[in-house]
Amino acid sequence: MNPIQYVMSILEADTQADRVVPPTGHTVRLTLFSAAAMAFLAVFAMALSMATGRLAVRWGDELARSSTIRISAPAAQEAAQTEAALRVLSTTPGIKSARALTPEEEQALLEPWFGNGVLLSALPVPQLIEVIEEGDGYDVNGLRLRLQAEVPGATLDDHSQWRKPLIRAAYSLRRLGTLSLLLIGGTMAAIITLAATAALAANGQVIRVLRLVGATDSYIASAFVRRFTLRALIGGVIGTVIGMGAVFLLPGAQAEGGFLTGLGFQGWQWLWPLIIPPMGAVVAFFATRGAAMRTLRGLR
Amino acid sequence: MIELDNMAYSYGGGELLSGVSLQLQPGAFHFLTGPSGSGKTTFLRLCYGDLTATAGAVRLFGNDVRDLSRDDLAIMRRRIGVVHQDCQFLDHLPLYENIALPLTVSEQGGVEEAHLRELIQWVGLAKRARALPPELSGGERQRAALARAIIMSPDVILADEPTGNVDWEMSQRLLTLLIELNRLGKTVLIATHDLALIRAAKSQVQARVLRIANRKLQFAGADL
Repeated sequence: MNPIQYVMSILEADTQADRVVPPTGHTVRLTLFSAAAMAFLAVFAMALSMATGRLAVRWGDELARSSTIRISAPAAQEAAQTEAALRVLSTTPGIKSARALTPEEEQALLEPWFGNGVLLSALPVPQLIEVIEEGDGYDVNGLRLRLQAEVPGATLDDHSQWRKPLIRAAYSLRRLGTLSLLLIGGTMAAIITLAATAALAANGQVIRVLRLVGATDSYIASAFVRRFTLRALIGGVIGTVIGMGAVFLLPGAQAEGGFLTGLGFQGWQWLWPLIIPPMGAVVAFFATRGAAMRTLRGLR
Repeated sequence: MIELDNMAYSYGGGELLSGVSLQLQPGAFHFLTGPSGSGKTTFLRLCYGDLTATAGAVRLFGNDVRDLSRDDLAIMRRRIGVVHQDCQFLDHLPLYENIALPLTVSEQGGVEEAHLRELIQWVGLAKRARALPPELSGGERQRAALARAIIMSPDVILADEPTGNVDWEMSQRLLTLLIELNRLGKTVLIATHDLALIRAAKSQVQARVLRIANRKLQFAGADL
C-alpha cells in the first residue's frame, strides 16, 4: 500500500470504527476553533507573502526599465543643456524614449511634500528627463561619460541606489510571510497534539477494552486520527473562507495607498488559499497519529 | 494452545506466582480456584498476554508472549475469548455493538447480522440488545460478556468469576452455556471461588480443577 492509499484508507468513512471512541465535546470545539483560527491567520500570511512578492517584482521591473537625468545648470543654460542631453539620448542604443518633464509634471512630483500651488520658479528645481529603456538596456557607464563630456550639468540616475534596498526589503517581507506560514503550521500541530493527547488520556478505559478484544494499535489510532483530521479539515475550511472574505474586503490596490492597499490576492492567486484546509488536515493527521502511537506504546 | 512453562510473576517486589507450569490442551475444561487475592485474575491475565511473566515463559499458540509485537499480540487475543470479572464494556455503545466489538476491531469486513442475532438469542438477551451496559443487571452483563467472548469463535475461553455477581439459577445457566461451548470443541478455563459451581459442573463435564495456593499451581484432588 503506497502512502496515499494508506492515508485514504485512514480517512475513509468507517462509522462503526468511529463509534467505538465516544465523542468528547471539549476536544471537538478546541480542534475546530484552533484549526479555523490558524487557517484564518494563514490566509493573511499568504496574502502578505504574495503581495510583497508582487511588489518586489513590480519595483524591480518598473524601476529597472527607467532612469532619470537631472539637469542642474544656471537658468540661462538649462534649456540648451536639456536639448543637448536629449540629443545624446536619441543616439544612444538601448533607449526607447526620452523626454523632459513639463513644469506641471515636476510640480505634481513635489505636491506630496509642498502641497498645491507650489511656485517652481521660486525653488531651485532641476529639469528632469525621463529615460525609458528597451531590449537589454543601455550602457550606463558609456552614457555617463558622454553626458559628462557633452552636458556638464547632467547627472544620470539609473535608480539602482534605492531600487536594490527596496527589492531586498520586499523579499524579506515575503520570507517573513513564508516563515509565518511555517510557524502557523507548527503551532497547529502542537495544539492538535495536545488535544489528541487529552482525548487519548480521557479515553484510557476505552483503549484498554479495545486492546483486550484484539484491536491493533493502528486501528485504535485511526479512530482518533480520522476524527481529528476531519475536524481540522472542517475548521480549516471555515477559517479559510472567513479569511478570504476578509482579504477580499480589504481596499484595492491604489497608487495613493501605496503598499498597504495592495495586500491581497490577484487573479489565479485566489486559488492558493484553497490549499490551506488540506494542508491543515495533513498536519492534523501526522500530529494525531504521532500522539496516538506514542500513547499506545505506553500500554500493554 | 496456551502453555505456561515454569512461569513466575512478581508485582511490587513480592512474588505472586512461582514455578507455574500448565498446558491447556484443545477441548479441555478446567476450573481454577483459590482464595481471594491468591492470583487467579493475574493468572488469567498472564494467559492472554495482558501481563508479562517475570520468569519462565508463556506461550500462546506456540509463540512466546515476549517475542510478540504489540499488533501480533492483539491478533493473538482474537483467538482467546475472555469473560472479564468486571465485563469491560464500552458504556456508550448498546449491548449488540459491545458484543460485536471483537469482530468490529478485527477489520474482517463487519458483523454478520444474522450471526449476531442468533448469538444474542442464545445467551437470552434478544430483548435487551439495544440497552446500554449500565442499564443491564449483573446476570445480563455476564451473559453479554460471554457472548462477546465467543463471537470470534475463539479456540480458548477464559472466564474470570463469570458467576460472581449472579444468583444460583443464573450461574447454572452460564455454566450450561460454557459446557455447551466445550462440547463444541472449545478449551475452557474458569476462574472461580464458587466450589458449588465446580461440583455442579463435574456431574456434566470432565473437568480438571486447579488451585492456586502459596503462589503455586496445584491440581486439586477429590476433596472438592
